[in-house]
This record gives sequence, C-alpha cells and structure tokens, in this order.
Amino acid sequence: MRWVNRHVRRGEGVLLGALPILLAVLAYLVAAAQRHAQNPADKILPLPGKMADSMAALLFDADPLSGQLVFWADTLASLERLGLGIGIATLMALVVGLALGALPPVRATFGPLVTGIAVIPPIALLPILFIALGLGETAKVALIVIGIAPVMIRDITAHVSSLPREQIIKAQTLGASSWQVIIRVALPQAMPRLFHAVRLALGPAWVFLISAEAIASDVGLGYRIFLVRRYLSMDVILPYVAWIALLAIVMDLALTFVNRRMFPWAHGESH
Amino acid sequence: MGPWRKPLSTLLSLRNVWVEYGDRIVIEKLSLDIAAQSFVSVVGPSGAGKSSFLRLILGQEAPSQGRILLDGEPLTPECGPDRGVVFQRYSVFPHLSVLRNTMFGLECPKAPFSARLFGSARKAAREEAVAMLEAVGLGHSLDLYPAQMSGGMQQRLAIAQALVMRPRILLLDEPFGALDPGIRADMHALITKLWRDYQLTIVMVTHDIREAFSLGTRVLTLDKRRHDPHAPHRFGATVVYDLPLDKKEQLALAEQRSITVD
Repeated sequence: MRWVNRHVRRGEGVLLGALPILLAVLAYLVAAAQRHAQNPADKILPLPGKMADSMAALLFDADPLSGQLVFWADTLASLERLGLGIGIATLMALVVGLALGALPPVRATFGPLVTGIAVIPPIALLPILFIALGLGETAKVALIVIGIAPVMIRDITAHVSSLPREQIIKAQTLGASSWQVIIRVALPQAMPRLFHAVRLALGPAWVFLISAEAIASDVGLGYRIFLVRRYLSMDVILPYVAWIALLAIVMDLALTFVNRRMFPWAHGESH
Repeated sequence: MGPWRKPLSTLLSLRNVWVEYGDRIVIEKLSLDIAAQSFVSVVGPSGAGKSSFLRLILGQEAPSQGRILLDGEPLTPECGPDRGVVFQRYSVFPHLSVLRNTMFGLECPKAPFSARLFGSARKAAREEAVAMLEAVGLGHSLDLYPAQMSGGMQQRLAIAQALVMRPRILLLDEPFGALDPGIRADMHALITKLWRDYQLTIVMVTHDIREAFSLGTRVLTLDKRRHDPHAPHRFGATVVYDLPLDKKEQLALAEQRSITVD
C-alpha cells in the first residue's frame, strides 16, 4: 500500500507520535551518562536527578534576597508580559483589521503604513523602545505588541476584505449601514480567524518576550535562562525551556478548543 | 388571482442607459420599462452584460449615461432595502442560524447602533421571520447553520431573507444554477408561488432558457447588436429580444373557456 494512503488510527497515532520523543529522551540520557562516566562533575548534560534538585530549590525555596519563589515569580512575570502584549496586539488586530478590511478608503489611507511597519524587524526597534520607554515593563510589552500586531492586523484585514462581495451587498439590501456591516457581518466572521492569528502569533510573541527579558530585566523566564547561562547551569536552563514549551502547547490547545466551542459554524461541524 | 394577471403600472424604467468601463462598452442604449408584479427573465450569452444589468438595478454600480427610475424616482447608486437580491452563492451569512439570518433585515433598520433587537421588538421580529421561513419551507430548520444545509435549503433561506424586507423588486442572479435538477423544479414551484402570494416584481438572470420561459411573464435577451471583430469591446449589449409571454395568459384563458364549453 502506498504511504500516501496509509491511514493512522488514533491509538497508533499516539504511539507513533510518542516514539521520536522517547528516543530523543533516551539519546539524551545515554549521552549524559557517558559524559558523567568520564567526568562526574559535568555541567553540560546534567542528569535528571541534578535537574530535579536544582529546580526544587527554585520551585519551593524562597530566594534569600527577594523572598520570592524564583520559578513562580519568573513564570508570573513572563506570563503577565506575554498576556498584556498579546492582549493589546489582538485588540489592535481586531479594531484596525476590521476598519482596514471593511472600509476601502481606510485601507487606502493606512494600508501602506501598516505594511511598512510590518516589514521592520521588531528586534531592530528594541533599542528605540528602551530609549523611548525606559527599561521597565512598558518597553517589553511594547516589543511584543510591535512584533506581532502588524502581522495579525494584515491577516485580519486580508480575511475581512476577502469576504464574498455578495454577502456585503446582501447585508446592504437588508438595510445595513457600514457600521452594521462591520459589527454584524465582518466582526463575527473575523473572530475565528482572530483566534487562529493569535495561535500563530504565540511563537513570535515568545521570541520577543525572551529577547526583551534577556537584554534588560530582573525577573522572568528569559531573564533566568540568560542569567544562569553564565554559570553553565544547564540543569536550570533545560527545565526552563521545557516549561516554556509546555506553557506554549497549553496556550495553543486552549485557543484551538475555545475557537471550536465558540464558533462551531466556522469549522463545518455536523455536516 | 392567477399568475397571468394583467400587468400593472411601470415600476422600474431604464432610459437610454449606458455602462462603460474606460473605452469598453458593456451596455449601450438600453431603454426598458418593467411593470409592477411582472416576472422578467433575462437571458443572453456570457459577457453580454447580464450581470451588469442586474448590478445596475441593484444599485451596485451607476450607469455612465442615462437614468434609472424606481417608482418614478431616480435610483440611488447604492444598494438599499427596497431591492432584494438572491445570488447563486454566498447569499446567506454562514455565522448566523437560519432564524438569525432571516431576522437580520428586521433588526438593522430598527437598531442603528447594536443592529440587534431585544424584548418585545425581538419577539415580533422573530415571529415575522418564522412566518416567512414557514412560507419557504424552512419552518423546521430554524436553528441550523447554512453549512449544515443543502444548496436548495440555502437558496430558500436567501429568498426568505430577502422577502422579509418586503422589497419593491426582487433580483435573482442565477439563483438555481448550482442546484440539482430535482431540487431546481421544487425551487421553481416555490418561487412561482411566492411571486403570486406576495405579488412580487422579479427580475431573474439565468443561463437556462427553459427556466426563463417557464417562470417568466416576459423574457429579455441581452446581446450585442453590432460586432466589430477588430474591437469587440467597442459595442455594448442591449435588449435584442423582448418577448412578453402574453400567450401564456391567452392559453390559460382559452383553456378555461374550453373547459367551460365542455
């Protein structure tokens, strides 16, 4: 049977999907064990026990200087920045995207500006943000917003402006004004797309968060990773990276789930 | 009242209408009166301006020359609730249930800001929408979404959506073109019944000549009168055949008479 026709059952799928992950873990363990056999004080590939010990200290013991549980303080700070950044960018994408997508004069006026901003590499703007907004939270959130908002705006704009012309005409023959077309026709149909856009923006948002934290911060997941790098503390870096991956996966799944539940009409269910 | 009743007063007139895009002429010198409560079928080859003709009446575009009058008033070149439309596709809102799709037109004029009705106004709109949906045979599908319905049901919904506005004129743009033959026959029966019951004025663009003749009380053929092989775009289409199907009426009368004689 050709591979393109092979159907994978659910149980098999889980098994197949788990296989490469298990192999990667196994390979790591073997490599770590070999290094430790040669040098018991090896720091580059720490054994799981060492990672657990180091993480336990960060998880459960308060930092003597700040009096905080470091791991949780880092997580909270990072999620707060990420949430604020994504929240603001999403709101901008919705408002600006709807206006640009549904109103041709607005699109003609501001479309080139949005395109222009979108092609600037956001990291190149980071110095400007730090100079203009200081080294505090504002600059970090602003970097995330500037990094992801233009792409999201363009996505929503494209989606709204590609709604069938027939629908817009039909709405007008049903007495709808421009405003009513936007809130009753364009907005509801932009929502599933917005969820999708947020999902796709999660990856870049994390990149900008970690970058901003690495450069100027005193708390946060990215800050911690770059701080302990100085001591070659792979036993902290690896669990932190795994934790970031876990958070990102949970956010992605949650967005997918909510999108499907809230907008069943957009996912062709029960037909 | 039979379907072949006497045409009433003129509802829509086109006076020497031209549609030009740059030096391309799509419609030229089109003059036409459409009587109230008539069912006008428009046929013609592809590219002969059938869609432009419909867009003109719909107000989606303005004529480059000439005038269009609805009830003697110049037509604003913008779509409005006095003209309903059913397209071949994309006529219904995929994010709204059947009921909400039909209520849309009742909600918009009454709630300029929220475009939603509440309380007793909502209840009244709901009842009106349900009555209209029952008239098109969707009384049992109020909570379905368009994606859950067949093409025929979606077109029924599109018709209900338009009729709930009580438009002065209903425009159909190849409304049954994408449907199976069996479903199409059902839809023909439905639109004929609605046309009679609601005393509608209908302009229908179609590719199907049989459909044009079996439904219409008048068949218009749009085509180019002249053709320049070196510059085909320089001549536009106009009405080349205008067939009032009075014979239908006479036939019906004759049949009645013969029955009474027998």
